[in-house]
Amino acid sequence: MNGQTMSGQGMNGLALFSRRDDSVAKGEPLLTVENVSLRFGGVKAISDVSFDIRKGEVRAIIGPNGAGKTSMLNVINGFYHPQEGRISFRGQTRRRMRPSHAAAQGISRTFQNVALFKGMSTLDNIMAGRTLHMKRGFFWQLWRHGPALDEEIRHRRVVEEIIDFLEIEAVRKTPVGKLPYGLQKRVELGRALAMEPDLLLLDEPMAGMNLEEKEDMCRFILDVNNAFGVTIALIEHDMGVVMDLSDRVVVLEYGRKIADGAPDEVKASQAVIDAYLGVAH
Amino acid sequence: MLYRETGQFKTSYKADMAVFPIRQDRIGLAIILLLAFVAMPLFGGGFLLSAVMIPLLVFALAALGLNLLTGYTGQLSLGTAGFMGVGAYACYKLTTFFPEVNLIVWILASGFFSAAVGVVFGLPSLRIKGFYLAVATLAAQFFLQWCFIRIPWLYNNNVSGAIEAPVRTLFGMPITGPHATPELRYLVVLSIVALLTWIASNLVHGRIGRSWMAVRDMDIAAELMGIRLLPTKLLAFAVSSFYCGVAGALMVFLWYGSAEPEVFSISQSFLILFMVIIGGLGSLIGSFLGAALIYGLPIVLKSLFPMLGLSVGAATVEHITFMVVGAMIIGFLIVEPHGLASIWRTIKQKLRVWPFPY
Ligand SMILES: Nc1ncnc2c1ncn2[C@@H]1O[C@H](COP(=O)(O)OP(=O)(O)O)[C@@H](O)[C@H]1O
Ligand SMILES: [Mg+2]
Repeated sequence: MNGQTMSGQGMNGLALFSRRDDSVAKGEPLLTVENVSLRFGGVKAISDVSFDIRKGEVRAIIGPNGAGKTSMLNVINGFYHPQEGRISFRGQTRRRMRPSHAAAQGISRTFQNVALFKGMSTLDNIMAGRTLHMKRGFFWQLWRHGPALDEEIRHRRVVEEIIDFLEIEAVRKTPVGKLPYGLQKRVELGRALAMEPDLLLLDEPMAGMNLEEKEDMCRFILDVNNAFGVTIALIEHDMGVVMDLSDRVVVLEYGRKIADGAPDEVKASQAVIDAYLGVAH
Repeated sequence: MLYRETGQFKTSYKADMAVFPIRQDRIGLAIILLLAFVAMPLFGGGFLLSAVMIPLLVFALAALGLNLLTGYTGQLSLGTAGFMGVGAYACYKLTTFFPEVNLIVWILASGFFSAAVGVVFGLPSLRIKGFYLAVATLAAQFFLQWCFIRIPWLYNNNVSGAIEAPVRTLFGMPITGPHATPELRYLVVLSIVALLTWIASNLVHGRIGRSWMAVRDMDIAAELMGIRLLPTKLLAFAVSSFYCGVAGALMVFLWYGSAEPEVFSISQSFLILFMVIIGGLGSLIGSFLGAALIYGLPIVLKSLFPMLGLSVGAATVEHITFMVVGAMIIGFLIVEPHGLASIWRTIKQKLRVWPFPY
């Protein structure tokens, strides 16, 4: 059955993430955000924010509700186009790009409010994450045998690895709309992983979870980062989780950056304490 | 015990990814195909074939086409009859221009014309969704029907304003015109519908079907998977209109024999939309069930009343049909949005665990 596995298998014989992009060395900036400002009419969602994300790190983005964290992710993967500023990914600078282009560049994400394909099974959702890696065109698809089916089987194998890794074998064929919230978040992570991204953006992946689910999710995120070498940007409210997982933290408040550094430094910073205690400005 | 997957372990992803992974389903499909291709033409009889089976297959094909667009890709369309008309008129022009080419070639080729028209009217789908897109396709419907009436070139300047299927043959036997046998016409329609259904099943079970459903369920997330929205939607418009166009050509050439522009009116579009809704949005088998139910209901009612000893006029039967269909649409939308296909799935699920309640 292992007749045609993917070329150059990665660790543990996993086909997943076997073709890593190494154009950026570990510890070098993978993504840089420079002086980005974003307005919606009169509302300034982001004001002149700069920071970078280094290859291989877990970068947390924290801040009170409405601080502009989600907007920042939307700017990074091309949903929103900032009025000012620049973004470079793997050394390439751009001001405008479409989300599908960002995906092709190796950026994937999960959403604050689960954005799964509700009518499709777990398997199909994660298979959909493989779309960019599938090459057989329309005319091959008409005849779903031979090359198109071979390709499908090859990608199914990768998807099964993800399903095993996330321990969701039991709900493989369940329509995701019927899954409990915690599992939906896990499937969404699986779908994002299926793209084999270089940069994974996670928008509150643990919101609404119980303690046990949170612990599982933390473990998965660390594994994705360590074992697969995926760089992660993480929005999270639970400070304990942020301290445990992240290498560096950027803090936003009212669209401005108020702190940036190692978790301990940030936690001790007066601006952050004020922001979280809600000191009047 | 009859319908079980227990004990049928899949040893490869290939087996697990088959369209019908359960053996009983495959046997059932083989039996249906055998009945349709062999038993029906042998024992069906002229009335059953021409007045029930051919129309049912034509409607099922049109419903399937609309289902690819509305059920799978989530783009509501009210232009179905218009696209069917494009197929019918294209086929008429082609076969009168080039009478020597086999009609079946032109029936399939006419699908490409409606596909092209479908793509043009699908262009607004990038900007507009839902209700507003439905209005845009409604414009297509009216514009196309206007063309069928106002452009005499389309019907070769016939005084009647209608198109009439000229006599064409297959293997020396007529397949159109008064001397075509119901058996042959039925077999041609069945073969085309079976082929196109198989292709649709291939498409929806692979990458393209997943892209369509992804766009339907959550377009922003789909875009993030690298699925480009406009090409994906336009492909759905093209494939869907291809199916509707072929259905339109079949309707005129192998069922009606001739057609006036009214055949491709808005009420036909609605009829097919109802078939899709009742059959099940996003289900291939649902398209067949929906067509069978809506087309078969008046036939059943017509023979049911005399059997009960009641004499009911044809107009009353029609009204009763409207009321029953209307009530069923409302009922389905409230209770079972996934239509007959979902009821069918539930029955299979129950059978799978029978005789244990869970
Ligand atoms: N699409 C939008 N249109 C208008 N305002 C928006 C939009 N998206 C975000 N905002 C505004 O931008 C600000 C930041 O929101 P958001 O990025 O969602 O914050 P966070 O994720 O940190 O809670 C809020 O004031 C919000 O109302
Ligand atoms: Mg947010």
